[in-house]
Amino acid sequence: MEATIILHVDGVRRELTVDTRTTLLDALRDRSGEYSPKKGCDHGQCGACTVLVGGRRILSCLALAVACDGDEVTTAAGLAGGEDGPHPLSRAFVEHDAFQCGYCTPGQVCSGVGVLAELEAGMPSHAAAHPGDPVEATDAEIRERMSGNLCRCGAYPAIVAAVREVAR
Amino acid sequence: MSGVEQGALGRPDERVEGWDKVAGRARYAYEQPVPALYVHPVLSTVARGRVLAVDTGPARASAGVEAVLTHENAERLADTSDAEFAVLQGPHIGFCGQIVAAVVARTPEEARRGADLVQVREYAEEHDVVLGPGHPRLYCPDELNAYPEADTRQGDPAAALERAPVVLDRTYRTPMEHNNPMEPHACTVLWEEGTGGGSLTVYDSTQGVHPVRESLAQVLGLHAEQVRVVSEHVGGGFGSKGSPHAHNVVAALAARAVPGRWVKLALTRQQMFTLVGHRTPTIQRVRLGAARDGVLSAVVHDVEEHTSTVKEFAEQSAVCTRMMYAAPHRRTTHRLAALDVPIPFWMRAPGETPGMFALESALDELACELAMDPIVLRERNEPDLDPETGAPWSDRRLVQCLHEGARRFGWAGRDGRARSRREGEWWVGTGVASAVYPHFVNPGSEVEIVHGQGVYTVSIGAADIGTGARTVLGQIAADALSVPAERVRVRIGDTALPPATVAGGSAGTSSWGSAVVAAARALREEHGSEPGEGARARAGTPEDAVAPGYSVYSFGAHFVEARVHADTGEVRVPRMYGLFSVGRVLNPRLARSQLVGGMVMGLSMALHEHTVMDARLGHVVNHDLAQYHVAAHADVQQVEAEWLEGADVRATPMGSRGVGEIGIVGAAAAVANAAHHATGVRVRNLPLTPDRFLVGPRE
Repeated sequence: MEATIILHVDGVRRELTVDTRTTLLDALRDRSGEYSPKKGCDHGQCGACTVLVGGRRILSCLALAVACDGDEVTTAAGLAGGEDGPHPLSRAFVEHDAFQCGYCTPGQVCSGVGVLAELEAGMPSHAAAHPGDPVEATDAEIRERMSGNLCRCGAYPAIVAAVREVAR
Repeated sequence: MSGVEQGALGRPDERVEGWDKVAGRARYAYEQPVPALYVHPVLSTVARGRVLAVDTGPARASAGVEAVLTHENAERLADTSDAEFAVLQGPHIGFCGQIVAAVVARTPEEARRGADLVQVREYAEEHDVVLGPGHPRLYCPDELNAYPEADTRQGDPAAALERAPVVLDRTYRTPMEHNNPMEPHACTVLWEEGTGGGSLTVYDSTQGVHPVRESLAQVLGLHAEQVRVVSEHVGGGFGSKGSPHAHNVVAALAARAVPGRWVKLALTRQQMFTLVGHRTPTIQRVRLGAARDGVLSAVVHDVEEHTSTVKEFAEQSAVCTRMMYAAPHRRTTHRLAALDVPIPFWMRAPGETPGMFALESALDELACELAMDPIVLRERNEPDLDPETGAPWSDRRLVQCLHEGARRFGWAGRDGRARSRREGEWWVGTGVASAVYPHFVNPGSEVEIVHGQGVYTVSIGAADIGTGARTVLGQIAADALSVPAERVRVRIGDTALPPATVAGGSAGTSSWGSAVVAAARALREEHGSEPGEGARARAGTPEDAVAPGYSVYSFGAHFVEARVHADTGEVRVPRMYGLFSVGRVLNPRLARSQLVGGMVMGLSMALHEHTVMDARLGHVVNHDLAQYHVAAHADVQQVEAEWLEGADVRATPMGSRGVGEIGIVGAAAAVANAAHHATGVRVRNLPLTPDRFLVGPRE
């Protein structure tokens, strides 16, 4: 069964006809040629497919494309190549060498931008010592919130440094 | 050999492809923008037996399915001498998760649905997938990975152990582990018929395009010139992409079944647990004979490991013990049991990684037994010459790494007694371990440099698996040519370029970089400092890149602080510090990332990694990233890597040695040693899961 949907990917409107079994990730990669989000596990276990939908981070491999009809999707390509220049976190990743192979990187960047928004909004996480504590961009907070994004090259210390730099 | 001029080298240049990776614009193997069919493999569900029948009817009738390949209809391969590549050539099943069919369809969903519909009837024979001590099938392999001798002996270790005032006899175990690079192995393949017998184009995720070309050409009965392999960016490998695997052959067979049309094959994460290699489990008995002052008289390291029945891979786990510490009487042995398991292969520092866990744990145990500082014990057994060969070291400086590392880490004043420091609910300890990795320069790479409009284009089919090869080769060329790095362009990752050896054995930069230097010198010799348009020169890795007569290794010292929760046994590692002797560091930004990355993988090995085989059904139980745990952000706190200044011009013309693997070697032992210091519980069986610490202190 197929369905026609509209996605706004990094500001570009795309009309797609997809198999209704298609995930948002596969719709972006295999149907649109938008390869910035990566497939590392296809099961929501690694975070490589992370994109921002309406400004919030989601795992695009766990979202059905048809459920995202009409949504604004931002990928790491959109963050790095925005009209106002690259997102500060994209730049911080390059400067801190917060990656090696680069495969988890677009997901890390999207996740990091999502984390910055969550911190800004005061959303709590498991890292808080007590529920209701004020939310600050401590290393423990950043690590906890970024833990859904695996990096096998082990760039974690540099990734945390990049997120910390932009958060402050 | 004169060194290369200082300029670009030693400078922390950013990765030339950095912005492409951060934006996700860097193109990996699967991401070629071509209309393609999709291949989904079907895997065996028994660990040993044979395929009785394959019913492809329902799959072929399924929407979008273009072809179903089985052992009955797949093309006969020209060369099946490497059994890993003899895919769909017969009914035999050698392990659970072997490719027994493949579906080619218009979309990924249709291929996957088609694969679900292929009905494979399997006959199961009795299988054995569990390596236990003294396994009845153990045998001595003819050779080890990268080393000719399975066993070595010097002096009379048995008699020396008998005479030694202090004898330590311990058995350590490391589990089966999986590389799990973040990018699943994938390829995009086109077979075109035509003049010259046709041509195969393969975009592959690989650590070496030329080795893939060689293998595929041989298996398919093609000339190398008929095969082009391209690999612009590689999403990690850590050894698993150091050779093609069965899926490459299936993708090629699928492409040849639909000439003129591209096919794409990406393994699922689950499929990677049986098709692209793993690290064997090891059972390692280490015996140390020492005097009361800690001086070793005997070292014996006996290793048991598994391999597969399909193809032998003999991990060289005890080779580090042959040269690490001085002792007149020494023995190493390796025994393998060929089990009904997937084919083991390279995983970051094969041999040294499990071997140094055992040796460095044993050293720590001996230090405890002698109530001696573990750094002092290592220093007392520091060999002036390589104890295996008698050759002088090119640049060892292990003791300096230990001493200077101890100073920077804050080792002084440490109370050596275990269970001596408690902070709230946490037992706190510190541990040390040495690191070692051999220096390899592989012959067979070539570099071409072409001058045009003031720009020097450096071409070699090398792989950048995240190491920064593209960047550092440009820096090497810039200095060798005495031009600014901006005037150098580097092209890699394509068999259309001059041949390159594999990105493995921490030998990439050493092997390719030596060829870059040679080509730069040739260009200057042939064309001078003002070469004309189109001036070119080509040279290979020189045979004398490594000065003869020296024992060339990298070394390092790991320092770890570990905290173990008194009630839950949870292990946390707030601090890891590594100081390394790796020759000259060509790009500190990139080298640091590799060293830190290796240490993080060592931490992951120490705390989490453990592939579980189901003894009854013979499959990998925890075959995804939710169950096969690797270190995540929350596990990794302060991890720092530094290095001793200096250059080893005996190792390469650049003065550098490799940095890709040494970071992982010894790291797990340092964590385990720190956890012992914290708790008094000696864990000899990785990983250090919480249950291991809930038994109370014991020795």
